Amino acid sequence: MNLEITNGRVICPKSGADRSNASLFVTEGRIAGIGEAPAGFVAGHTIDAAGCVVCPGLIDLGARLSSIEAELAAAVAGGVTSVVVPPDADPPLDEPELADRLVHRGNEIGKARVLPLGALTLGLKGERLAELAGLKKAGCVAFSQAKVPVVDTEALLRAMEYAATFGFAVWLQPQDYWLSRSGIAHDGEVASRLGLAGIPVAAETIAIGTIIQLVRITGCRVHLTRISSAAGMHLVHRAQHDGLPITCDVGIHHLLLTENDIGYFDPHARFAPPLRAQSDREALSEAVAAGWAAICSDHTPVGADDKLLPFGEAKPGATGLEVLLPLTLKWAETAKVSLSTALGRITAAPAEILGLPGGQLAVGAVADLCIFDPDATWQLTAESLKSRGKNSPWLGYMMAGRVKATLVGGEVVYRA
Amino acid sequence: MHNPQLNANGELTHLLSIEGLPQAILTQILDTAASFMEVSAREVKKVPLLRGKSVFNLFFENSTRTRTTFEIAAKRLSADVINLDINKSSTAKGETLLDTIDNLCAMHANLFVVRHASSGAPYLIAEHLRSTGRDDIHVVNAGDGRHAHPTQGLLDMYTIRHYKKDFTQLRVAIVGDILHSRVARSDIHALTTLGVPEVRAIGPETLLPKHLDKLGVHVFHDMDEGLKDCDVIIMLRLQNERMTGALLPSAGEYFRHYGLTPQKLALARPDAIVMHPGPMNRGVEIHSAVADGGQAVILPQVTFGIAVRMAVMSIVAGN
Repeated sequence: MNLEITNGRVICPKSGADRSNASLFVTEGRIAGIGEAPAGFVAGHTIDAAGCVVCPGLIDLGARLSSIEAELAAAVAGGVTSVVVPPDADPPLDEPELADRLVHRGNEIGKARVLPLGALTLGLKGERLAELAGLKKAGCVAFSQAKVPVVDTEALLRAMEYAATFGFAVWLQPQDYWLSRSGIAHDGEVASRLGLAGIPVAAETIAIGTIIQLVRITGCRVHLTRISSAAGMHLVHRAQHDGLPITCDVGIHHLLLTENDIGYFDPHARFAPPLRAQSDREALSEAVAAGWAAICSDHTPVGADDKLLPFGEAKPGATGLEVLLPLTLKWAETAKVSLSTALGRITAAPAEILGLPGGQLAVGAVADLCIFDPDATWQLTAESLKSRGKNSPWLGYMMAGRVKATLVGGEVVYRA
Repeated sequence: MHNPQLNANGELTHLLSIEGLPQAILTQILDTAASFMEVSAREVKKVPLLRGKSVFNLFFENSTRTRTTFEIAAKRLSADVINLDINKSSTAKGETLLDTIDNLCAMHANLFVVRHASSGAPYLIAEHLRSTGRDDIHVVNAGDGRHAHPTQGLLDMYTIRHYKKDFTQLRVAIVGDILHSRVARSDIHALTTLGVPEVRAIGPETLLPKHLDKLGVHVFHDMDEGLKDCDVIIMLRLQNERMTGALLPSAGEYFRHYGLTPQKLALARPDAIVMHPGPMNRGVEIHSAVADGGQAVILPQVTFGIAVRMAVMSIVAGN
């Protein structure tokens, strides 16, 4: 069916095109025209986007789908049309069959696209390689250890060599096992005051240093996930500057919160990697604004029983899919970044990291779209979330930016 | 940010940490404790301030000494005291901390005295009581992880005030494993709140938390330098398990550098007092000649501790 989205502010972050009061035309799941209707176009269906932004669907570089139906519904309610799923599910995604089943289930549900990351090593144990080529064939877009560090540097070297052989990308969360294993918060002022075991910034920089050296040897394409410190970001940027095939992302919560948000031991402010100092937050924000890193929700649904615990016993992470857009808008405002640039960090930048054509509005492109009212406010409550994960440091806060409709392949998969 | 220890009138409703409490409340506790010192000297050692109330000693981590002093204090206030050794009961059966609390609330608890291995656990309990509308039930932190041991901090302040009268002219040194010590954190906040002009921390880098300067503390790695002209020396217990990792090479080397010997003590002011929260490791952090010497006030600390705990419980939960 032909669809016309009328009167919207149509933003393509990739090209920078930003047109107000424009129409976007969709035929057979693809964008058929922007501004002007293609010849002979007759709209079978119209969506009025007056007062709204029309942009590419969000691509989230990390979201856990513990209950897949609820989480994919949460994704499209948040304007997310593609989710990269880390392999740290139960069981870990280390066999082609498991990846196949996940992709199949995602297609069946038919909401956001599911892009699994295969486990780099069996059981994420950091010892034996998983069947990377088989996993790739089953639909895995890259290979990852999720948040589990590879302790054995030789195993990591071999894994990167093997991945490079096939041109596969490896996604790693840089965290030195020894320096992070017993810590629960940034090794800073707040941890000292509250008596929380610290994770030093060196846990991140040492791991990044190791990975950079291994990239130099192997030429493996590496994406570093959830950079948390100014020093870590500096190393990544220098490696990028040296021409190494390294990209990175930052969790949206790390762009807005710091160790101070732990307050009186708020378990909702426990993250892995930990929220760091104000100066780290500022450096991450500048790096994202400069285009050195993409933004990711790091969606981690955690049940109430696993959060209603003393800080150090609570599971880290926060729900993210439904707050990625409003929090990115909030970041754009504080960082004084244009709407188009901010949207680019959750659309075009992730698409480029994945090597996928998405994240743009161009004639012929697949119509994965997000239509949102940037000024509509809503209160974040447990009931307002479709995700099973009600865990958020923002519970009770007002969010600006509300998704009106989400389209995947030209189909309306969410409508407010 | 809302201070979970104070009610809408700014009065103490829970004692969770010294941090964030105004000087007036600390002074109120110390003054109330002073008035209770006389009770312990009576033949009938009781006052009726908590008559009809139930105090639950919830110890998720073993402690004989602290639990006993809380028990004595509650009994002297005429409360009913129930001791629960949680290690061996509920949590072993998989019950969560807050389920345990709900169950005890259903038994009409009035005051929880909580010790827990995780920093912040008493905050979780206080927040749970608030969010479920049970503002009449109170929490006293008897030590949480590395975070705080506020009644120990207060009894240390009581001891210092008893011997030194005025906080505003003092130089106080805290020596040893400050990184893992909830006592040290509570002492630091209490000392700075009460106006002590110079608080020193003495220890090797491996046993000192980062950013101590932000808490208003001067750091010394050399004990001789750190003890010079001090009025008060607070020694901390060195746990045996600190010797197993890479924090320290041996108890012997530790004692040579940071053990309080009569020679080292002589560097402090001649009228300096020596304190220790107990239990002591003689020959590890403190020489017996100092522990048993004329400047040690370690046993009076224990006696004052009962009056201080009576004061805290009567202020938060008194009739």
